[in-house]
Amino acid sequence: MTSAASDAAVADALVELRSAGVRFGAKQALSGIDFSLARGERVALVGANGSGKSTLLRALHGLVPLSEGRRVVAAPAPRLAMVFQRPYMLRLSARGNVELGLMLQGMPRAQRRERAMRALERVGLSAEAGRSGRVLSAGQQQRVALARAWAVQPDVLLLDEPTASLDPTAKREVEALIDEFALQGITVLMSSHNLGQVKRLASRVVYLEQGRMLADVATDHFFSGPLPAEAHLFLKGELPWA
Amino acid sequence: MNPFVESLASAAHLVTGADPQLLHIVGLSLAVSGLACVIATALGLLAGAAVAVGRFRGRGAVLVLLNTLLALPSVVVGLAVYLLLSRAGPLGSWGILFTPAAMVIAQAILVTPIVAALARQTIEDAMRDHGEQLRSLGAGRLECALILAWDERLALLTLALVAFGRAISEVGAVMMVGGNIAGVTRVMTTAIALETSKGDLPLALALGLVLLGVVLLLNVAIGVLRQWRLADDQRTEAVA
Repeated sequence: MTSAASDAAVADALVELRSAGVRFGAKQALSGIDFSLARGERVALVGANGSGKSTLLRALHGLVPLSEGRRVVAAPAPRLAMVFQRPYMLRLSARGNVELGLMLQGMPRAQRRERAMRALERVGLSAEAGRSGRVLSAGQQQRVALARAWAVQPDVLLLDEPTASLDPTAKREVEALIDEFALQGITVLMSSHNLGQVKRLASRVVYLEQGRMLADVATDHFFSGPLPAEAHLFLKGELPWA
Repeated sequence: MNPFVESLASAAHLVTGADPQLLHIVGLSLAVSGLACVIATALGLLAGAAVAVGRFRGRGAVLVLLNTLLALPSVVVGLAVYLLLSRAGPLGSWGILFTPAAMVIAQAILVTPIVAALARQTIEDAMRDHGEQLRSLGAGRLECALILAWDERLALLTLALVAFGRAISEVGAVMMVGGNIAGVTRVMTTAIALETSKGDLPLALALGLVLLGVVLLLNVAIGVLRQWRLADDQRTEAVA
């Protein structure tokens, strides 16, 4: 594997996967993954569909059990929040949807209302606070999901193709928010098919193929340095169908 | 006049004239089935949610049993409750056989599996689609089930109405454990059976009309709930 960035990251890792694998029935979704995420990093996961990007995010969050290897979390345990490609909106107002994560953390009602409103303000949706989360546009729903994640004051924000189904304007808005959150010191790990977005937002790129990590390098290196042949083909858009 | 038309006219007169006997029977039916439905909905939702999110040994067998109980014959429930509550039975000391309480128990037992099986399916589907997102927010499996049950409340309310419809139209079990005692345990279905056998068609028909009306109202309510849900889901799809 090509690795330039990961060695520096291990020392201050918030969460790590060591020799990790994930299996769904007969399918080996991830295999031999050594990955660590250090405080303040902005990392992008790239690779073709089915390469294991979402599974890696879920494994790092602890949402899927590892079939091999282990997940190591720093002490005190960092707070992780995840935003999905198509966020689930409950039959509640936008504010209610943001409050949900806070409620699950046991925050008192008055405090979580105030925090939820602040989070919605942060993503530019305070005027929509009372509207049903389900009637908002896809871009607004993604911003509500970002507000929901931001509201819990995470150390690590995991984003699974957060702009994949959005129009260009909504994409720009969501990207700006991710950038803002990262500037605040929140560690960001995102999967993306958008290489321009990866260039704009990430300082480190991890390339996955068929559940294996083939490259873990600085962003500049990924786009201009030597890479394994598969990653190079992916960049050129010439990766054959698996 | 044709005897059927004559009976129908008499039945209509009983309904429009708010006949006290008719009102008492209808009131008791609604009370017994309503209470049974509340109990069955509470127990069924809990059981359905537990099976939906629980991962335990023998879960497959529980699912088969739950689905089998959907077709539970009401006379079998009646017999089981009768044996439990009869003087020589394990709960005979309660002394509630041939009372409305026994009828509530029988109907609750009959419809709890319906609520549990359908709630399990509803919550399990929702868990598959959205459970991971809730878990990422810190929800445990049980919290996920409760949140999703709340979110699917319209679907679950429809289940409760279906359960009520099943309970109020049931005759075998309530006949066995209630005894069809006039003014005490006589409900619409048992009264219809009795009056028909006695040849008192007007009262039987009047009760039949009311029962049909109740079932019709339930179906209208279910239809309205479905429309609301559909409209809500379509709005969601439109913005996705």
